[in-house]
This record gives sequence, structure tokens and C-alpha cells, in this order.
Amino acid sequence: MAGYEGKQFKWVGTRPVRPDGVDKVTGRANYGADINLAGQLTGRILRSPHAHAKILSIDTSKAEKLAGVKAVITAKDFPAMHNGVLPGDEGVNFHYLSSNIMARGKVLYDGHAVAAVAATSAAIAEEALALIDVKYEVLPHVIDVDESMQPGAPLLHEDIFTTGVNPKPEKPSNVVQRIQMALGDANAAFKDADIVVERSFKTKAVHQGYIEPHAVVAEWSEDGQCRVWCSSQGHFMVRAMTARLLKMEVAQVRVMPMEIGGGFGGKTIVFIEPTAVLLARKAERPVRVVMSRDEVFRATGPAPGTSIDVKIGAKKDGTLVAATGEFRYQAGAFPGSPVGPACMAAFGPYALANLQVVGYEAVTNRPLCYSYRAPGAPLASFAVESIIDEISQKLNIDPMEIRIKNGSKEGTQMVYGPKLKAVGNLECLKAIQNHPINKIPLGPNQGRGLAAGFWFNLGGQSSAVVNIAEDGTATIMTGSPDIGGSRASMAQMAAEVLGIDYAKVRPIVGDTSAVGFCEITHGSRVTFATGMAIIEAAESVVKQCRERVAKMWEVDVDSVIWEDGHARPAPGSTADNQKPLSLAQIAAKASRTGGPLVGSAAINAGGAGPAFGVHICDVEVDPETGGVTVLRYVAAQDAGKAIHPSYVEGQIQGGVAQGIGWALNEEYIYGADGRMQNSGFLDYRIPVASDLPMIDTLILEVPNPGHPFGVRGVGEVPIVPPLGAIANAIARATGARLFDLPMSPPKILAAIDAKK
Amino acid sequence: MARIVLGDEFGRQYAGGQTHFDLDVRNVRHLIRTLDDMFPGIGEQLEAGAIAIDNEIIPDPWLNPIKPDSEVFFLPAIKGG
Repeated sequence: MAGYEGKQFKWVGTRPVRPDGVDKVTGRANYGADINLAGQLTGRILRSPHAHAKILSIDTSKAEKLAGVKAVITAKDFPAMHNGVLPGDEGVNFHYLSSNIMARGKVLYDGHAVAAVAATSAAIAEEALALIDVKYEVLPHVIDVDESMQPGAPLLHEDIFTTGVNPKPEKPSNVVQRIQMALGDANAAFKDADIVVERSFKTKAVHQGYIEPHAVVAEWSEDGQCRVWCSSQGHFMVRAMTARLLKMEVAQVRVMPMEIGGGFGGKTIVFIEPTAVLLARKAERPVRVVMSRDEVFRATGPAPGTSIDVKIGAKKDGTLVAATGEFRYQAGAFPGSPVGPACMAAFGPYALANLQVVGYEAVTNRPLCYSYRAPGAPLASFAVESIIDEISQKLNIDPMEIRIKNGSKEGTQMVYGPKLKAVGNLECLKAIQNHPINKIPLGPNQGRGLAAGFWFNLGGQSSAVVNIAEDGTATIMTGSPDIGGSRASMAQMAAEVLGIDYAKVRPIVGDTSAVGFCEITHGSRVTFATGMAIIEAAESVVKQCRERVAKMWEVDVDSVIWEDGHARPAPGSTADNQKPLSLAQIAAKASRTGGPLVGSAAINAGGAGPAFGVHICDVEVDPETGGVTVLRYVAAQDAGKAIHPSYVEGQIQGGVAQGIGWALNEEYIYGADGRMQNSGFLDYRIPVASDLPMIDTLILEVPNPGHPFGVRGVGEVPIVPPLGAIANAIARATGARLFDLPMSPPKILAAIDAKK
Repeated sequence: MARIVLGDEFGRQYAGGQTHFDLDVRNVRHLIRTLDDMFPGIGEQLEAGAIAIDNEIIPDPWLNPIKPDSEVFFLPAIKGG
């Protein structure tokens, strides 16, 4: 790719209107549930009322006889899958995945699917579910991760033997794995510390809280081809997993990406899509399955609850000398917790020579724990940032100074191995240090909290096509669902390379049959990796234009340069007397110079630049109620290069809002029977606009050397610091530090009372 | 020769406790084959994770070149949200 260092951008870094904006604000945009096909049936799923039970029998005969019922399926209708992770499966155990979609033999959580029906109306489908007779033998259950790890805990799976321990266990347990990473010798180095703070933390499971429930429509044609419409974070993922789970050829399945009303990691795996496809095949009619909010909470992929121990030692001057962390993460009913990234990211903002992290994940009778924005990192960061703040209090050192003094930077060795390249941690810290918020005096019961956060960011596979129309306008297509404004960012990057107006570029998210493979939209990868594919495809168009103009001018291609959307004679070249030709002029003659101008690119992008964020907030705690009001919030983040600064700000604000909810309100509440008690937004309290102050953002731009424009992913790291920042603000407002999330009013009152 | 580093637990479980290796390998595929020859079965495990070559995390690496002075870390798989 061409070098863009020092280039004055025309479109990159500006804030044009998003191409999908009008459709979304007028209601024209179609989401997962908006497809209506002729003869379409309604699908419904019967779910377990028990947290853990053997399925003794399932009798669907009465439901099948009900007028209007066109199909009933159970696990027997799903092909058996290999129980293990095969090479090339990217860590997915398809036996577990299939068993999560439809329970086999046992139900492992409240809400676990046991059967599904397709009927001519929702009322008939509901009636049919009530006619399905499932006989259960209820088993003891376990929700809490520490309890799940105990010997004698109710065992979820007979085939899980803890990996990463020596000797290999002879008996199965709920503990899936133990992982350990280290730098230096932390346990020995603690003796050099003047102060050591060691604390234990507990956090509850939370949900991503996307507003659009999972929804899918599936249809088969007579020739065995299947079409699926759904909203997800990756329709190629839906295609691949559905085909694999149902033993179909991948090309038999065509998945159309619908607009997505939020995902945040929770739509990076299938839950209902294979069920809809099976129902549609059996019924020989299109089937739509839409989850209720209750189902979304009980049966999708929330983030785990955790139990964490962190110990940090420091010198009197604030120099950190050693740290250890043990992170125990719930995995839900099947393996898959984000404890690995948690261990790797926990101490990311700090340069530590002596560090040891240990992680455990344990299965529990909860829905499958899956990705949520910087998976695993916010919880680990909450623990680490709380102790850093406590050390700064005990040493009477400014919490900013201790972070700057020990901050990771280019060359810092991370606990997982590599050294950091150019990153913006210190830049973010200094930006917050210089922010006017620091000069605002605090009143009674008010406190100011600071926290830093780290996330890796990912690259990966992306494809893109740039088609130039005969009038020189461009249609660009990728396979990455637009979750955070990526259509606009892609159009900006294409416009920048082509040198044409942003309004002349039309970005499209193509279906699985229209464009090359793109990985799921996760890991803050799309603007980085798919953007690189767009840049490469647009550069291919530019190259073609130069070659064709060189032929037209009968000169060498090096005599033609591309500048501001025009082919121009290179200074001093033999083409010096030629008049520049615009992209539109070149496109108009495309048929005579070799055919359509089409650029394409397919890449597996490395070089994703890690992201750092530093947040500061002011809170006021009501000593009578324990209620917390967030008064002010400022977040600084290194974006590398902000392609569309408004969407970077939006990502930061969204991450902060979710992090505040995680800190203060959100939790899965279970009854003694292991059933979720608050599976609706009235009882599961996510922050709304009136709960939050304006979240001020500071975008720092330390270019990522791994991207032609310097881009870093921005979507995930903003959720990492808020938990610690809010906790530290509450601690400074009340003098009482909380180690248990969420920091709900009763806990805060109890902490205040305990201090009296 | 390139410096190859496995995680502590991984080395203990699959490589007899050894975590650091100096190997003359051309690319990731060659490296994994070489390690699998030394410790049969380790290759399949290594392919399930991520790799950082010279401080850059590479997604799904295979033919990526490894220079004689390269430093290579095998990492757990990372998934985003």
C-alpha cells in the first residue's frame, strides 16, 4: 500500500453524515425481525424451567397434532457433533455449541432450549409449546464461580478435565482450565515493597443489553438452497456455524445481513439461527424466530461473574515492584469464558518487571458466557485499578502521578510476551491530567476517581470490493456488518484514496454470496482491518486508472500520477503536455480501455495497534440512600487516527455508559432455584440518558504503525476503565471502598455503616 | 536462530517444562512442525492459539516468515466483543 505518512487528509478525520442515517431515523432500515415472506410461519422455543436437570423424556405428539403446527423439533433433529475442538475450528467445540442451541440429555440452565415449534400464528405456536410434555429429573445446581470450583460441587459435564494443571486430573470437574503467565519473580519481589495491598473482589454476571433481540428468518428453496436473514456481528459466522451444525455445504447457505440494534460481542455466535433453519426445512415454509427480552437475558451469551484476588507491592515513592492476580471466571454452561484475555489485559497499563497472573474458568448453571466488549478486561481492571488507587491513598501520592510513573509505553514487555510498539497510554494520562475537570472543587459526599484501561485490538480476515460506475461514482462493498458507523468510515477511506467526494461513494454491506469472507465484527477490528481492505481495493482502482491513462497517452505508467481524483502527468515525464483526466472521465471510457474498473482486496490483517484509555469521573453519594450520581465524566483514548471522530466519540461514550451500568446497577439476580429473577429491563437496570452526565471525550492520535492511515480499533477499550473509575470515586467520596459489583445503594450504605 | 517462547503452563504440559527455544525456522508452519517433531502432539495445540512475531500479534499465522533474529511468542487465543 502507498505510504500516507504526513499526508494532509481531505476526508479522513472529518465528520460527514452517515450513509445509513436517514434510513435509520425514518424507520426505513430493516432489522432482523423486519422480514416478511409469503407463507412465513412463527417459530417459538420451549425453554427449561430448571437450572440443572436430566431430560427423562420429551413428548411432542400433542403439539404436532395441533391445527396450525407445521413443525416440531428437538435435539434429535440436530446432527451429532464431534465432542472436541478440531484443527481449523478456531477453538469452537461444536458438540457444546449444538447442545447449547438445543439441550441434549440434560438442561444446564434456566432458559436452556429443549424443543421448538413452527406454526401459522404466534398464538398457536405458544399453545403448541404448552402441549409439549418434558419430564425432568431436577439436579442440584451451582451459579457462583467459587462454589462451582469446590470439590463436590454439582457436576455439569462428565467430560471436563481441568487443563493446565499437573498432574492431569483423573476425575472430571467444573474447572475447565488453569492458565498462568509471568514476568520476573513476583512472589520474591514483594519483599522489596514498602507497601503491599491485597484484596479480593466479586462481580456479578451482566448482559450486553443490546436493544434489538436476536431475530432470524429462514427459508429453503426446492433445490436445497437455504436463505437466512438475521442481524448479527458477522453473517459469514452465521453461515459457517449453521452449515457446520446442520452438516450442510457452506455454499448452500446464504445469509443476508440485516441492520443490527446493538451487539457488543453478544451477537458473535449463533443461538437461534440453526433452529430456524431446521424448522423451515421441516415445515417446508419460511420461519421467523424472534427472541423475547426474557429469552435474551436467559438464553444468550452474557458476560461472566467473577471472583478475583489481586496483590500489588510498591515503594514509598510509588514505584510498583510486584503484582499478582488470580482471576476466577464463570464460563456459563459450557466452556468459553474470557479469562485468558482478562489475565493478559489486567495489568496492561503498567510496566511491571515482576508479575504473575493465574486464571481459572469454571462452568456454572448459567447461560453460555460469551463476549462483551473487551471480553474479561473490565472486571480484571476494576480489581487492579482499585488497588492502584488504594496504594496512592496509603502513600499519599496523586493517583495520576503513580499511573504516569509506572505507565506502560513503547517497549514495555507485556505479561503475555510481546513488547508494546507505539502506544498512547502516557499521552492519555497526561491529557486527563491537564483537563479542567481537575480544577473543579468537590463538595460534600463527592469524590473523584481515576482509572486506566488496555485492550489488544484485533485484525484478521476481511474482503472488499470497489466498483466504479460509468460516471465515476463508486459503490464499495464489504462483508462487515455496520455496528458503529463503519459504512461512513469505509466511504471516507475509499474517497480519500480515490480522491473523489465522500458523497460519490456508496457503501454497501454485502451478503455472504455477494462479497468475500469477512470475520465477525469484533475485537475493534473493522475500521482497522476491513478499512485496510477498502484502502487496498481503492488503490487497485487507482493503479488500473493510471495504467489505462498511460495507454491512452501512450506513455509509461510511471509517467502518470494520481492526485486529487485525477490522473496527471508526472512532473518532467513524457506525458507532460497531457491534460489531467478525472476518475469520471476515465470511467466513461472504461469499456474502450479494458472494461469495468473494479478493485478488490482480500487480506488477513496483522498489525492491530493496542488501545489505551484513561477515564476520570466525579460522583456524589447520597449518604441516606447510598445512591450514586455521576456528576462529570471525561474519557481520553488513543485512536491512532480517528477516521470519523464522531463515531470514535460515540464508541467511547457508549462504552462508558455500559461501564457505569456495570459498576452501579447491573447484575443477574438468581433465586434459590437457580432461575433468573430479573429478566427484563424494568428489573435489570441499565443506565438511561437521564442517569448520565455528558461524557466528555478526548481523542489522542498516536498513529498505529500497522495501518496505512494509523488507525487503531476504538470500540472496546472504553468499557475497561469505568468500573474502576467509579469505584475509586465512590471510595474517595465516602471513605469506604467497595470490592463487590455492582456497587448498588444497599452495598454502599453497608460499606458506609461499616466504616462508622 | 529465532527465539521461541511458550507459556509456562503450556510448556509444562506439552514440552516437558521447557518454555524457551532457539530454533532455525523459516516460517510459522516450519516452526510448528519442528516443535511437533520435538514434542509430538504439541502442534495441534499451538495452532489453536495466537502468535506474536517481533511484537506483532498475527491472526491465524502459517506462512508468515520468521527471521533468524525474530522473537516469537505463543499466546492464548484472543476474542473480541
